[in-house]
Order: sequence, then structure tokens, then C-alpha cells
Amino acid sequence: MEEEIRKDIKWAQINRDVLSSMEAPRKIYWVLIAVCLSLVAVGVYAEIHQYRTGMGEAQLNRPQMWGFYLANFIFWVGVSHAGTLLSAALFLTNTEWRRPVYRSAEAMTSVALLTAAIFPVIHLGRVWDFYWVLPYANERGLWPNFRSPLLWDMAAIFTYLTSSMMFLYYGMIPDLAISRDNARGWRRRLYSWMALGWVGSDRQWRNFRKGYLLLAAFLLPLAVSVHSIVASDFAMSIMPGWHVTSLPPYFVAGALYSGCAAIITLFIILRHTFRYEEYLTLPILDKLCKLTFAIAMIWVYLNLIEFASAWYGHNMYEKEVLIEKATGPYAPFWWTMIILGFGLPFALIIKKVRRNLLVLTAISMLINIIMWLERWMIVSPTLARNHEPYSWGYHWPGWVELSITLASFAWFTMLFLLFVKIFPSISMYEVKEMLYHRRQVSDRLVREPPDNIESEPA
Amino acid sequence: MTIRRMIENWTAFRKSGQVGDEYYDHKDYRWGMVIDLNSCIGCNACVTACYAENNLAVVGRERFGRGLGMHWMRIERYWHTGEKGEVETRYPEQGAQYIPMMCQQCEHATCEPVCPVAATYHTPDGLNAQVYNRCIGSRYCSNNCPYKVRYFNFYSYYKNWPSPLEQQLNPDISVRDKGVMEKCTFCVQRLRRGKNEAKNEERLLRDGEVQTACQQSCPTQAISFGNLSDENSKVSKLWQKHNMSFGHKENEKQPKNERGYRALEELNTEPSVMYLERVRDEDI
Repeated sequence: MEEEIRKDIKWAQINRDVLSSMEAPRKIYWVLIAVCLSLVAVGVYAEIHQYRTGMGEAQLNRPQMWGFYLANFIFWVGVSHAGTLLSAALFLTNTEWRRPVYRSAEAMTSVALLTAAIFPVIHLGRVWDFYWVLPYANERGLWPNFRSPLLWDMAAIFTYLTSSMMFLYYGMIPDLAISRDNARGWRRRLYSWMALGWVGSDRQWRNFRKGYLLLAAFLLPLAVSVHSIVASDFAMSIMPGWHVTSLPPYFVAGALYSGCAAIITLFIILRHTFRYEEYLTLPILDKLCKLTFAIAMIWVYLNLIEFASAWYGHNMYEKEVLIEKATGPYAPFWWTMIILGFGLPFALIIKKVRRNLLVLTAISMLINIIMWLERWMIVSPTLARNHEPYSWGYHWPGWVELSITLASFAWFTMLFLLFVKIFPSISMYEVKEMLYHRRQVSDRLVREPPDNIESEPA
Repeated sequence: MTIRRMIENWTAFRKSGQVGDEYYDHKDYRWGMVIDLNSCIGCNACVTACYAENNLAVVGRERFGRGLGMHWMRIERYWHTGEKGEVETRYPEQGAQYIPMMCQQCEHATCEPVCPVAATYHTPDGLNAQVYNRCIGSRYCSNNCPYKVRYFNFYSYYKNWPSPLEQQLNPDISVRDKGVMEKCTFCVQRLRRGKNEAKNEERLLRDGEVQTACQQSCPTQAISFGNLSDENSKVSKLWQKHNMSFGHKENEKQPKNERGYRALEELNTEPSVMYLERVRDEDI
């Protein structure tokens, strides 16, 4: 079997490589940050304009009341899912190759949620009253409506965001201690504070392991429930094409699909900008691609199920929506989504594709665009063909929606890049563990002499 | 609603209609409407009256074309289409078929459970009320409304109210600002005033004492409005005559050629508005 990471890599070398990533990235890093910042600025301008003028600036109308913002919301919650899959699910199944990747994937989860959380707020007609959704005690005894899926959304996302951030932070503590021991200035103060006095004693490690397992087990069902709840925004309504029982699993599968594609993109960006060729290796990428393929097939299956149930259900409204998707003005987007979404993952069967970074970048980005289209194709066509023929209508985005959408991508990338610059983006201790296992347990033929293994710095 | 009440009335809960909740027993009032499509000539007088009565914003031609109109009531026009989708000219003398569409004040309103802040709720009178002050504009209610009769203030209109129109603004209700959902209220301000006056005289409202603006302005008297809890009111009699009741199912309609129906009844939204089908010459 092919090795994921070179076995003879020294432990001090791992520390050096990861720590230096936080200091001197390639120039492309600063270019990316600058581009993202300017895009975010445009988005902020658009939002201010919309705030002052009214939601009409988003080119929404009756019946198209939701449009791009909700599509973005579902998309970003979706992207966040793959991080949990890699960090928690693969941890619980003892998958070794996850170790070098999971930190950045987990960071992606939190960052994507921070992006997603913006959209339910800015899509409100009265943004300034957004906190009314929170169940807080007030002098009028007013409570939010606990029957509303939007309220469940709010609760689910807050829970998921806090838990995944805690999981990210918790898993980072030993690495923060390493960073603390090698840093100076504000970084040293930050890491000392965050490392919570980690010294790597036996007792600390044992408690750490237990806590990590607990958090992982807690996070996994949460990840499934969050997107199911986002799906219930649609499934709980009575609109044809939304009121579908299979929507929650469909959303979760779609989420993992787009999330895995996003991880591949970020994997390649990280590998290049931070010179991580030794750690984020091609064999790991290969496995990521296989995982993406498997999830894509689940998504394809659930898509087919949805069509079949619409077709054989003999509900005329639902059939109309399906026909509208395939033949109406949204048809080009829908067919792009269907053909590429079904077809592209099959490219990942070919080994040469799985080893070609450029092709993979293109494929993973395309998959993300397709999955974004899929979200839009959930929101808009249903409203275009609702129960009431007199109120049929379409929604095409204006500059406000487009720039806020672009800004969300920039905001996501920017937050992610800031994270990997400030915190160790590869789990040093887990990579060491992985190598230790390889050397001591798996590798019986060439056992390294014990003096070759450096002890971990306290 | 308590859990005990739910257990006691479990059978009722499983069916549509009454739930055994005092708040919703509609002892005194339950507002309902009947619209006779045989009489409707599609003149739009009701729409105009609604604009005048309820301070509806006039959005201008461009925005109206974009689908941002604020007409709580609208006259929908439908043309017969033949087998191949061509517009049929079977009824040349009548042109389009009209159906006035406004909030159906559903008993099982789909807009109510989805509002995150409970800005839309059910009143004891069977109205589906919208609280402007509470609305945060998530627009979920409009998306979930099968009749698409909820109108959103996409822009702020009160500052540039077209010039002579601000002189006839109705002081009984507010002018809404941007970011708020609104819809037909069955002229709740008139109902409120009428009920208050009746209460002072220690009696219930008499049938026909309160008219909605659309009803008042209809030249052919196609619209009847009244109290469904009062068995002797005009609407009650019409509902009885056409075998209409809450819980009614379209496929259980007896006799089949009865004119009364409620829009999109198969969705179980239990609307409070009954339409009377138009009878064509050739049907007789």
C-alpha cells in the first residue's frame, strides 16, 4: 500500500513546517486576501444600499420572495457539513488518513457556518429587528413562534456553530501549546491564553482523549440534524416541490457532496500557498476524491428518488414544478446541474484525474458551482409554479444579490485564510501519532531504532 | 391548548375543523364571505375600494410590472385553453373568466405556523390577523400561502405618497413602512368599530351592519360578507344552501353540480371564503 505521508519525516520537522506556515506563506496568499477584501467591501456596500432602500433592490417579487439569499444560506450550511464528516465521523471510524486534513476541514465548517449565518439575517425585511427571533425574556411577554422552521433553523445553527467551534478549538489545544512554545510577542500571549496551560502530561492526554471522543460523538448527529432542519424550512411548507419527505436526507447528501468538493479546493490551495506538499499528499487527495465520489452517488440516487416520487405521486402541482424545472426559463441551469452533477463525479473514477491537481481544482470548483445551482433550483422553480396560476413569476438576480453572493464566497475564503495564518492548519500531534503508529505498529519490516524518534517538545 | 385538552379531544384533533379550544369556538363571530362569480363582471371596483379603505401603496407602473404591486384584492383573469393550449373562443361574449382573489382567512392557515415571530395569528373571530409591528419580514408566510395573497412592502412608500391620494388616507389604520408583510383583513377596522358600538348597546352585530369595502363597492353585489356563527345571516344561509361547511372536501361534494366551492380546497387550508361557480349558457 502507498504511504500517505513519508515515514522518515522527523517530529521536529513537522513542528517546523507547520509553524512556519503561519509566518511566511507564498505571495499568492496576500493576493487572495486583497481580492477577497475588495469583494467583501462591494458586498457590504450592496447590503447598505439594500438596507436603506428596501428589499425590492434584491429584485425579489411576489411570488419569488426568497431568491438568492436562501440559496446561499442552504449552500453555506451545506459546505460546513463535510468538515464534521472528516473530523468527527472519520475519527469515530478510526480512519488514519483524515489526520493531516481534518483541522482545515473543521476550520472550514466553522467559517462556512459564519458565512451561512449572515443570510437569514440580511434577507429579513426589517434587519434591525432580527433578534426578535431569539427566545429572550422581555417586558411584553412576547415569545417567538416555536412552530416555525425558521426558529428551528436559528436554534440548530447556533448549536452547530458553537459545538463545531468548540470541537475545533478543543482538538487544537496540544498544537496551541506547541505554537506557544515557539512564538513571540502577541502570538505567544494569544497561544498561552488559549492553550489553557497544556503541558502534555499523562493525565492531560487521557482527559483530552475522552473529551475529544465525547465531542466527536456529540457533533455527528448534530451535523445530520442541522441540514435536516434547514431542509424542513422547505419540507414543512405546503409548496409543491418543497413539501417532499425525502428532502432532509437529500439536503444532507447534497451538503456532504458540496462540502467534500470544497475541501478538495481548499486542500489544493493550502498545499500550494503554505508549501504543505509533505503533508497534504496526493494519496490523501486520492482518498478524498473517492469519498466525494461515493457521496455523489448517494446524492444522485436521492435526486432520482425525488423525480420518481414527483412523477408517480400523481400530484399535479408537483408534476408541474418538475416539468417547469426541465422546460421553463430555469431549464438551462437545471440541466447543467443535473448533467454535470451526475456526470462529473464519474471523472473521479480515473486515477490520473485523482492525481492531477489542476484538473481536480477545476472539477471541485465546478461541483461547488453546480451545487450552488442546485440550491437555487430548489428555491426558485417551486415559487415560479405555485398553486395559483395567476401568481406565477420568475426571479432574476440584480447587482445587489449578485454582489452579496460573490461577497459571501470572498468572506468565506478570507476567514479561512485568516484562520490558517493564525492557527496551525495541520494537526501536528495527530500527524505525529499517525507516523508513530506507522513506525511502531504497522511497519514490521523496517523498524526504526528508538533513538531516531525525537521526543515531543513539552 | 393544554395537553389534557388534546388527549380528551384526540379524535377531533385528528380531523380537520373544530379542536375543542374555547379560544377558537367562534361563539359570537366567525367572519365569512361568499363571492358569486355569476355576478362578477371584473370591473375592479372592489380593488379600487380596497386601495382607498386600507391605505394601500400605489407603487407605479414599473414596480407593478415587476410584481411588487400591493393590491390586497385582485381580479384574476383566466381564459379557457383548448387541448393544444390555444386560447379558446368558446365564450366570446364573456371574454375572460374572473375570480376576485384576496386573503381567504383560512381556518388552517398555512402562513400562521411558519412565521418565526408569530406576527400572523388567528383571532377568536376566525380572522387571520397580521401584526405589522411584530413582522420582521422573513416572507416565509407569503411563500407558504397557496393563494399568494400576502403582499410585502419591498420599498418605503409613505414618504412619496402620490399627491392627491394622501388626502384620503384612512385614519383608522396605519400606513406600513418597508420590510413588512400585509394582506386583506376583511376590513378589520370596520369590524372593530362595529363590534365596539354593538358592545356598548349590549348586543351582537346585526347581519349587514358592517360591510367590507369591496362588498360595499361591488356594483353587482357579487360579494356577501357576514357572520357564519349566526345561522340567520346571509352568508350562513348561502353556505347552508350550497352544503358548504368547514371540513368540507371537494371530492365529497353533494350534489356534484353544486355551485359552491372554496379555492384550492384539496390543500385542507379551510378557507372562509366560498365562491359560487359561474354557470354558462351551454351548461343549462
